[in-house]
Amino acid sequence: MAILAIQILNSLLYASVLFLIAAGLSLIFGVMRLVNLAHGSLYAVGAYVTAWLVGRGIALGVPLGWLFLLLPLGALSVALIGIVIEPLLLRPFYRRAEEYQLLVTFGLLLILEDLLRLVWGGTPLSADTLMDALPILHIGGLFYPAYNLVVIAIGIVAAVILWAVIYHTKFGVLLRATSQDRRMASALGLNVGLVYVVAFGIGCFMAGLGGAIVVPTQAAVLGMGVDALVIAFVVVVIGGLGSLKGALVGAVVVSLVRTAGIQFFPELELAVLYVIAALVLLVRPTGLFGTT
Amino acid sequence: MILLRTVDLRKQFGQTRACNGLDFIINKGEFLSLVGSNGAGKTTLVNLISAHLQPDSGQILLEDRDITFTTVAERIKAGIARSFQIVNLFDGLSVFDNVALAVFSRDGKTVKMTRLADHDRDVRLETLEVLGQFGLAGKAATPAGGLAQGERKLLDVAVAYALHPRLLLLDEPTSGVSTHEKAQIMDTVSSVVRGGMVTAVVIEHDMDVVFRYSDRIVMMHEGSFLADGTPEEIRANQEVANILLGAPLTA
Amino acid sequence: MTRETRQLPNRSLLKLVAGAAPILLVLILLPSLIGTYQVQLLIYGLIAAIAALGFNLLLGYTGLLSFGHSAYFGIGAYSVAFAVAHLGPHSMEFYLLLGIPIVAVTSALFGYICVRHTRIFFGILTLAISQVVYSLALSFYWVTGGSDGLRVPRPALLLGLLSFSGSHGFQFFIKSYYYYVLGIFVIGVVLMWVIVHSPFGKALQAIRDNEVRARFIGLRIRRFRWISFLVSGTFTGVAGILWVPLNGLTTPDVLYWTFSGEIVFTALLGGFRNFTGPIVGGIVFTYLKTYAVASTEYWQLLLGVVLVTLVLVLPTGIVGAISRARQRLARRSAVT
Repeated sequence: MAILAIQILNSLLYASVLFLIAAGLSLIFGVMRLVNLAHGSLYAVGAYVTAWLVGRGIALGVPLGWLFLLLPLGALSVALIGIVIEPLLLRPFYRRAEEYQLLVTFGLLLILEDLLRLVWGGTPLSADTLMDALPILHIGGLFYPAYNLVVIAIGIVAAVILWAVIYHTKFGVLLRATSQDRRMASALGLNVGLVYVVAFGIGCFMAGLGGAIVVPTQAAVLGMGVDALVIAFVVVVIGGLGSLKGALVGAVVVSLVRTAGIQFFPELELAVLYVIAALVLLVRPTGLFGTT
Repeated sequence: MILLRTVDLRKQFGQTRACNGLDFIINKGEFLSLVGSNGAGKTTLVNLISAHLQPDSGQILLEDRDITFTTVAERIKAGIARSFQIVNLFDGLSVFDNVALAVFSRDGKTVKMTRLADHDRDVRLETLEVLGQFGLAGKAATPAGGLAQGERKLLDVAVAYALHPRLLLLDEPTSGVSTHEKAQIMDTVSSVVRGGMVTAVVIEHDMDVVFRYSDRIVMMHEGSFLADGTPEEIRANQEVANILLGAPLTA
Repeated sequence: MTRETRQLPNRSLLKLVAGAAPILLVLILLPSLIGTYQVQLLIYGLIAAIAALGFNLLLGYTGLLSFGHSAYFGIGAYSVAFAVAHLGPHSMEFYLLLGIPIVAVTSALFGYICVRHTRIFFGILTLAISQVVYSLALSFYWVTGGSDGLRVPRPALLLGLLSFSGSHGFQFFIKSYYYYVLGIFVIGVVLMWVIVHSPFGKALQAIRDNEVRARFIGLRIRRFRWISFLVSGTFTGVAGILWVPLNGLTTPDVLYWTFSGEIVFTALLGGFRNFTGPIVGGIVFTYLKTYAVASTEYWQLLLGVVLVTLVLVLPTGIVGAISRARQRLARRSAVT
């Protein structure tokens, strides 16, 4: 029984991180109709930067409590990268054929992945000090790190905040207006460029946050970005591109399947996920809640 | 002789009833104009007949054959072709290729991968003939994207015509061109279509064009038929005159 | 009118032959002029050109951008490796006869799944499939050799007529293999040229340009995309089959997404909107990569930067830029 609880908690942990990544991807697509192939790499950047900051913090003797503030800082750094990238590299392509958008973000993916290797090399970078800083809980005779629960909590909080912003703030109205009809929004005097940059920044922040909160539980390694990208896409395929609810549901479904899959068919983990995605696409091509 | 008819055809978009139980009849060989204000449901009706949309309820019968649930490809095979209001062409291909492709598709030759397209004499001759009929032979090698608007409209019709349809549906074939060009386009379209004995349904806004070229005029208003008759009958119809002149419809 | 219509096809054919003949002549004479290492490099270039040519049927002519073509290249390579491991070494013809159906079937299968979807999801699906294949190649290491890969010895060519062993055999092998690959390359180019100029090829371009209109002249969109995918994957798979005897070894690297990226890059480099672009791109890229890998460890970074720059500055690729420059020169001389 306790083992099942642990499994479920682990699924929720994974779902939490996946949700952040997928929601960021969906948000960017929903508002800007842009599919960012480098999104997974931004998640990786968040993980690496956060792990590095934690390492520096420890070396400088920063007290443990303050170290936790490095998590949002890591996410913020990714958002900053996003805010710089969007006007420079992405804006020239909105009017061009879709292939060029994909090509540019693919180039970005190559650049980011190798930059990570250039800066931090091939050895994994960990931040488990943060995880160890929190107590270990007893669940039915088994041990479970409290930090994992923090991750789950952050995921839930992020979902709530995002939902609140999108549906209950003035900025959210701007976002939704721009996503529904860009030209109309612009004709009404909305600064579409600003909305795009901010939306992209938020999406990148979420990817970075995903990386930041996951890295205390597992070290940042090369290639984590691409793996995350593929799985995030399975999530949005299932949940529907452009839908917040879809990202949430998709993240939970994918996590549960993955946890179950690892138990029974470890080699086929990715293949099982892919089969589920293919099945969903067969039945509902736009995903469960999609808006394409 | 009835070529196509619809039975209680309905299509709704949210609250808007674009087609409100239409019993439409198209007679063989006639040149019919479908008129009415924007939003009356004309394009929706054409979309339903061409399988661009599926009806909510009702039937479509082509010579007593129920085609309501057939696909676009099946309907083209059955002899229904259309052009589009916003010109829809293969801009990257030449004018020649645009029409030739319709011919290849019609004859089922598009599966051929090991023969050069240009080597098919039959297709080539027929394509040039169609281009000649529509006055586009001189521009055969030009990419479709490089034509003037009037020529693009003609090409759009030519491509649909090349499918040898029995029923040709034209959605505003003269929109976006000057008055002078309108007459030219309609002259060409009308003579080719009648010459080929193809039945045509044309959505049109310009009433001069409508009265000059049509055998029959059908007027739609808010999803229903308001009037149906020859140009003379329509001209004499007071209700219609009110609508056309923009005066309020007396209850 | 009949005279003008008869000239139309013959003129383009003549132009093609006239343009290609001198290049072919150069390619035939080259091995006697340059060293063995250079010839080997050129073989890799021709193989990359075949892969890119196949890829571009899907991108340039059908409008579908695949990020997973490494799967077909890799499956081609591994099918040869498996044949060697289980059936012993054979002639190149045997590998081709065995490998081509295998890559064709896998392309058909994966293509069937992928072409059901729109551009974005199509790209992601192709990427996901190739990643699955990659992870399977790594996981089932007792079959695939895992990250160490599988070795493939020099095959006999022409049904065993030519076999290569011993130390002197290497030079002879390279020269012979060069002509062998060149032969297949020429066949491939001609075949692709015919396909692209056939009614089928025109239909693909129509679907690329305007899917709605294509449907309304009676084309079944999905079927055409699927067949295009099949042909495209098979071509790239043939490149993989030709590659592994030259490389002597196949590893999962050739299934990894970055290799797909290289294939995409070659098409973009040469220009994906015309026929010869991918060929030029494949050959040029091979040389660029060899020298780049030799000079920097962060060659993926370089590739990414060049890719982004290319898309920003030279979207029509090398061939596109050349033809634009030629047009501009022609216009200038016409004015003066």
